[in-house]
Amino acid sequence: MAKTWDSVAIMADQVNSGKASALANVEKSLEIIAKKNPEFQAVITTVEKRAKKRAKEIDDKVKSGEKVGKLAGVPFIAKDNFLVFGAETTAGSNMLKGFNAPYQSTAVERLEAEGAICVAKSNLDAFGHGGSTKNSDFFVTKNPHDKTRVAGGSSGGSAAAVALEMAPFALGTDTGGSVRQPASFCGVVGYKPSYGLVSRSGVVAMASSTDTIGALAGSVSDTALVMDVMAGVDELDGTTIKRDDRSYADLGTSLKGKKIGVVKEHFDEGLDPAVEKTLRASIEKLEASGATVEEVSLPSLPLALAVYYIIVPAELSSNLSRHDGQRYNYSSDKAKDLAESYTLSRTTGFGDEAKRRIMMGTHVLSSGYYEAYYKKAQTVRTKLINEFKDIFIKYDFLVGPVSPTTAFKIDENEDPVQMYLQDIMTVAASLVGVPSISLPCGEADGLPVGMQLMADQKKDRELLSAAAAYEGAE
Amino acid sequence: MSKLTREQVLKLAKLSQLTLTEEEIERLGKELSSILGYVERLNDVDVSSLKPTYQVSGLNNVMREDVVKEQQATPDVLLAGAPKTSERYIKVGRMI
Repeated sequence: MAKTWDSVAIMADQVNSGKASALANVEKSLEIIAKKNPEFQAVITTVEKRAKKRAKEIDDKVKSGEKVGKLAGVPFIAKDNFLVFGAETTAGSNMLKGFNAPYQSTAVERLEAEGAICVAKSNLDAFGHGGSTKNSDFFVTKNPHDKTRVAGGSSGGSAAAVALEMAPFALGTDTGGSVRQPASFCGVVGYKPSYGLVSRSGVVAMASSTDTIGALAGSVSDTALVMDVMAGVDELDGTTIKRDDRSYADLGTSLKGKKIGVVKEHFDEGLDPAVEKTLRASIEKLEASGATVEEVSLPSLPLALAVYYIIVPAELSSNLSRHDGQRYNYSSDKAKDLAESYTLSRTTGFGDEAKRRIMMGTHVLSSGYYEAYYKKAQTVRTKLINEFKDIFIKYDFLVGPVSPTTAFKIDENEDPVQMYLQDIMTVAASLVGVPSISLPCGEADGLPVGMQLMADQKKDRELLSAAAAYEGAE
Repeated sequence: MSKLTREQVLKLAKLSQLTLTEEEIERLGKELSSILGYVERLNDVDVSSLKPTYQVSGLNNVMREDVVKEQQATPDVLLAGAPKTSERYIKVGRMI
């Protein structure tokens, strides 16, 4: 069967040379969404009017002899926590229903400057809180490989949309695995960059010390091109780091001479045997491609999830305090004064998971508990960072699973701690700030399995190159 | 294992500006206690020689020129998102 979309580079080339039209691309994308979305619910809303308008402008520019850019006329889908003109930005929550972007996120602005066109906004766990989209206040996204299963989360809508070929690529956010885990569940590539590589301006904040902007696509080269366009310092986000002068899409293709560490602790407990089997075969493939593969140990890794579930609720409880019913469209109309308006708006606007995390965060930051929980967690974080630093002196990359299981059934993991355990393999890279990619590496019991590769901070091109080499190896 | 009391749950709800139903007080008490139980594994970790890490960008005091630039987010556009406005202000309910 022919692929629905060419590579992003070829698509842009075709539009720039007038052989294909941006409008036809947008219409094709919208058609696929209209056909498949009722069944899988990957998308919350389309941005049809604005997308078509922009497509026509791009086609006109090409006709008048202008070059449009590296992503000319390429449609994409943004997770619904990115501010995008032409549609609401809900972050999957009732709290932001009806909220229209007052400005656009830097990530989307940069993609648009190169000619890309946002066609739709995808579903997520409300405010990014979850690993299944079951915490979306609207609906659950179904896994494209099995409708009785989740697509993962929180960027589950983006992952499913790419797997369903609704668009050639999608944007996600990754705070503790929210790009990588759904990519793994849906069988697509998902990239979380080094902390600070892409501006978060105009993206609904979750946990400021680990939030990153990532991309999901069908191939490593498409992912790398999208990341390259978005990367770099933005004065609207003071946490952005200097990018490389060289393109992140300028990828090497060989693993020869590279040293890869297999993280022992990832295989210690709870890893599904079928997932392990697929993963071990993929690790052999890395070796066959010329890399040296050795087992390594990160002794503090089993503590990462506990660290994460203190730091992240603490930061998000603070970030979500701005949702007070006075500024972002939603407000309870039953309040008789300001104090009651705060409480009633938050009580009716936030879903269960947001409330749980806000209260958890409030607890670990509160007087009498701050030292024992928050400060302790931030100090164990230092221990984890030191272990990663030491390992990256000797090894170029680390490899392990993305998730302990394949996509689970929609009615599974109802208990909050069970659900949090979903993130056990992915949170460490977030706490340490290193880049990490989820690569499709085969199947277990007929469902996609993702392999996680990590590199040292700011080694994004090296990591994408290794991923491309793996993808290209037979 | 740390178990949150009903009073603690109510205090957290108050600090979080949330009101809880009886069912939520009961359920959230159990759920939060169970999460706190999970994170207790950090108690025995010796980190006495280490300092906490609050951010991982490696950046410090990022400065920029203090100049006014044209932005997409004009005051009018920002105010349009608020539930109630009056002239160029966000309008809120009675305070006292």
